[in-house]
Amino acid sequence: MRFVAFSSRNQKEIIRDPLTLLFGIGLPIVIMWLFTIMQGNMPMELYRIENLAPGVIVFSFSFLTLFSGMLLGKDKSSSLLMRIFVSPLKSSEYMIGYTIPLFIIAFIQIIVCFITAFVLDLQFDWNVLVAIIVLLFNALLYISFGLLLGTFFTDKQVGGLFAIFVNSSAWLSGTWFSLDMIGGLFEKIAYALPFVHAVDSTRFALKGEYSEILVPSLWVLVYTLIIFIIAIIGFKKKMKS
Amino acid sequence: MAVLLKNLSKSYKEKVVVDQLTLEIKQGEFFALLGSNGAGKTTTIKMLSCLLTPTSGEAVLLGDNVVTSPHIVKQKINVSPQETAIAPNLTVKENLEFVARIYGANKEQARQLAKNMMEQFRLLDKAKTKAKTLSGGWQRRLSIAMALISNPKVLFLDEPTLGLDVRARRELWNILEQLKGKVTVILTTHYLDEAESLADRIGIMHQGKLQALGTANELKSEMEMDSLEDIFLSLTEEGVK
Ligand SMILES: Nc1ncnc2c1ncn2[C@@H]1O[C@H](COP(=O)(O)OP(=O)(O)O)[C@@H](O)[C@H]1O
Ligand SMILES: [Mg+2]
Repeated sequence: MRFVAFSSRNQKEIIRDPLTLLFGIGLPIVIMWLFTIMQGNMPMELYRIENLAPGVIVFSFSFLTLFSGMLLGKDKSSSLLMRIFVSPLKSSEYMIGYTIPLFIIAFIQIIVCFITAFVLDLQFDWNVLVAIIVLLFNALLYISFGLLLGTFFTDKQVGGLFAIFVNSSAWLSGTWFSLDMIGGLFEKIAYALPFVHAVDSTRFALKGEYSEILVPSLWVLVYTLIIFIIAIIGFKKKMKS
Repeated sequence: MAVLLKNLSKSYKEKVVVDQLTLEIKQGEFFALLGSNGAGKTTTIKMLSCLLTPTSGEAVLLGDNVVTSPHIVKQKINVSPQETAIAPNLTVKENLEFVARIYGANKEQARQLAKNMMEQFRLLDKAKTKAKTLSGGWQRRLSIAMALISNPKVLFLDEPTLGLDVRARRELWNILEQLKGKVTVILTTHYLDEAESLADRIGIMHQGKLQALGTANELKSEMEMDSLEDIFLSLTEEGVK
């Protein structure tokens, strides 16, 4: 299992840079806690924990974009990737090798965030398990964005682009304010992008409205596939030039 | 024959970077490809290690064509890229085991191979040091050990001593010296003394063309000059085609 060796190496690279990792896990906890306090003082439907938690967890996935983009960008510049391309490792194996460790981090983020949400009075029922599955699926979207950025940019550029990415994906996700409050073009753009769909599908899962999950999930799926494919093709091209 | 090149060429649009390279290298030979910056050395190595597709011509490594059977060739070769290619957050030992494993070794085999390499490259007391904290010379040494750990039949070393101080260079030479006869080595360099003291045969490359080929002594008597430096200068003069 060659890709296991590669993914365990990637796992080590990410975990040994603990500051960003802690940030990626700690920040959503703080946010959830603060917004719940706010909700206590001025009741807003949007910030009730069952609406808030899905949005915040999806928001925390933007750090997966950062981790994967930085790692890939760094590997490219250090010509470690040249070494990997010379090896018998197949292109599917290295993409899986990058994805697995981030997937594990996503799982940790989800668990930590849900524990926090329970402390903040989220009710535990089977819907949580469905939501976890939907979230793991949504995590792939953010990982694919990272691989896309890492393929086309250096690790330094990824850092800058991440600032734009995290802002636009957060603003357009419907987590912090409901999109129909602004409406118009803004809402149209948001619904043409996958971020709000990722949050929506998770909210439906948590509410137990399973039949509603399919459509937003399809949006996420299509985006994820397209982005993965562009990343892989771009990646192969980059290495051939 | 370990390596067989027939009119191997690479061009980017109009620009010919490697021009009709024809060459045979015997098994166990230590071959130096000597040339200034931009001569086409790295491009040649990339074609031979299945990273770049030749524009025309043929390259056969140990009986297998690099274009038509890259997967067979890849298992039998390894490369130490021009820029040091190591995983920065992994220790010396982990870096070595990582490469052994992506070439198919299991955990136990990888551990043993890494130990052997660390002995050979005198890296044992640095086994637990993170690669990014090593000095440039030691990083390069690790990078070469990582290329050797897969037991390649043909080893490519792209400017292995570039940027090293005199002492680190000498130490690396001593290590490379030990490889003679055991593995076919193709080393690129722009240091004349490096080619002269290490290589069985030297090929002088200029503007993508092989200008001369032979042992240092053969080249000297052929050109009726006393030093490799004079030969090199006369073959790589402005306007020489
Ligand atoms: N992808 C590319 N596109 C266009 N020109 C390139 C590309 N890669 C290398 N070259 C050119 O090919 C020439 C040889 O490069 P290279 O093989 O790296 O030389 P060396 O390793 O001998 O210094 C250089 O002039 C370089 O600018
Ligand atoms: Mg070069």
